[in-house]
Amino acid sequence: MNAITITNMSKKYGEFTAVDELNLTIEQGELFSLLGVNGAGKTTTIKMLSCLIKPTGGDAVLLGDSVKEHPQAVKAKINISPQETAVAANLSVIENLELIASIYGKDSKTVKKSADKMATQFRLDGVRNKKSKQLSGGMQRRLSIAMALISNPKILFLDEPTLGLDVLARRELWTCIKSLKGKVTIILTTHYLEEAEALSDRVGIMANGKLTAIGTVAELTEQTGTSKLEDAFVMLSGGAV
Amino acid sequence: MRIVLFAKRNTKEILRDPTNLFFGLGFPLILLVLLSIINASIPTEANNTMFSIENLAPGLAMFGTAFMALFSGMLLSKDRTSSFLMRLFASPMTSLDFILGYTLPLFVMALAQAAITLFASCLAGLELTVNLLPAILVTALSSLLFVGFGLLFGSMMNEKAVGGICGAVLTNVAGWLSGVFIPLDLIGGAFKKAADILPFYHSVQAIKAVLYGNFGELLPHLTIILGYSVVIFALAVIVFQRKMSGGKA
Repeated sequence: MNAITITNMSKKYGEFTAVDELNLTIEQGELFSLLGVNGAGKTTTIKMLSCLIKPTGGDAVLLGDSVKEHPQAVKAKINISPQETAVAANLSVIENLELIASIYGKDSKTVKKSADKMATQFRLDGVRNKKSKQLSGGMQRRLSIAMALISNPKILFLDEPTLGLDVLARRELWTCIKSLKGKVTIILTTHYLEEAEALSDRVGIMANGKLTAIGTVAELTEQTGTSKLEDAFVMLSGGAV
Repeated sequence: MRIVLFAKRNTKEILRDPTNLFFGLGFPLILLVLLSIINASIPTEANNTMFSIENLAPGLAMFGTAFMALFSGMLLSKDRTSSFLMRLFASPMTSLDFILGYTLPLFVMALAQAAITLFASCLAGLELTVNLLPAILVTALSSLLFVGFGLLFGSMMNEKAVGGICGAVLTNVAGWLSGVFIPLDLIGGAFKKAADILPFYHSVQAIKAVLYGNFGELLPHLTIILGYSVVIFALAVIVFQRKMSGGKA
């Protein structure tokens, strides 16, 4: 069953077209990576799907609800971990988790239980009472994803989740993301092609607001006659290998 | 319910920053002590009541609330630039949850700050009367103007710019044009005219009116303050809603 069905979705800012008639379907439980150079339209696409901006054309239906017609219903089913860490700096780890769980309407007993569970799952137990601004970059990222998951979203948007992290912290986060595969539909944007290769079920490549290619890593490399996703990406993004 | 949750979070964010505590609660008290010392050293024959506690208390109560613009602006700006707001915009929170969630804690803080400043003024010689209570309320009402300024600038600018405009420019304009630190009636001219047009002088006069039981003088001053507050708040809400519905958050 499809989690996301995008039909002719566009976003224009005056004369500039950020996303141009995008058509795409993503299955439930799939981890789909959206790749593209800066300005390709990835973040705009994520923002439209998470009801942060309205499409100027077309529509997207997330688990039966249109982002244009029923954004509040869509918002109740999704969550997002933005590019920046997006945590409340002076709140502790547990307070951040409890805040988000409460905002999504959980009762106080469930809030405490979910926050404890998330802190354990994302190995934040040891720093649960520490202010989030005192955490390392890797821990802040883990907290950010835990905050996105505490509402039990059916669809999760991860925008550059490992940006700026060292190799160890990145690998730790990959393990966390892999553990979610099959349970939550995940749309991931990243500039790290090895990340897309390691995590994705399918990959979509965007260039100039259009989806230029879609498929598994093996399909994309076969299509371009290359041996690596990076080479396939360069070719499909309009560059030269 | 979400308003209360968000208001609680904002209260914690503000109160856990020691700089905010200093400017919010400590700074008006330091000014009270310093200006009281200056007042004590002015010879009686100079007949200068500028810094007498009767003038100082309502002036400093108003001046203290100017920092609410800094608090609300910095918090909102920080939430925007860290993408924390983007996370919340993607949640089922509405624009009313956001606006009231930012405003309520600052209104309560303004109440507390006004109470501390005015009761501390009693230790410095201000007569303790029941009128202190409506004076605290009027001070908190006039703080809404500054909260509105903070939300407006915080919706548009980064932290550094908000710090400059709300922390330096606005507090100075409010201080100088309210008559707290300089005798506006003596200076007169364009300076007095500007003070009459802007709301800051009227805030001090409104607090003074209730503090000394001249309730008949309250309404004209309060009307001007609330008029400005409504306009500034309306602008802040428009800009904020534009951000929510697609502007760069």
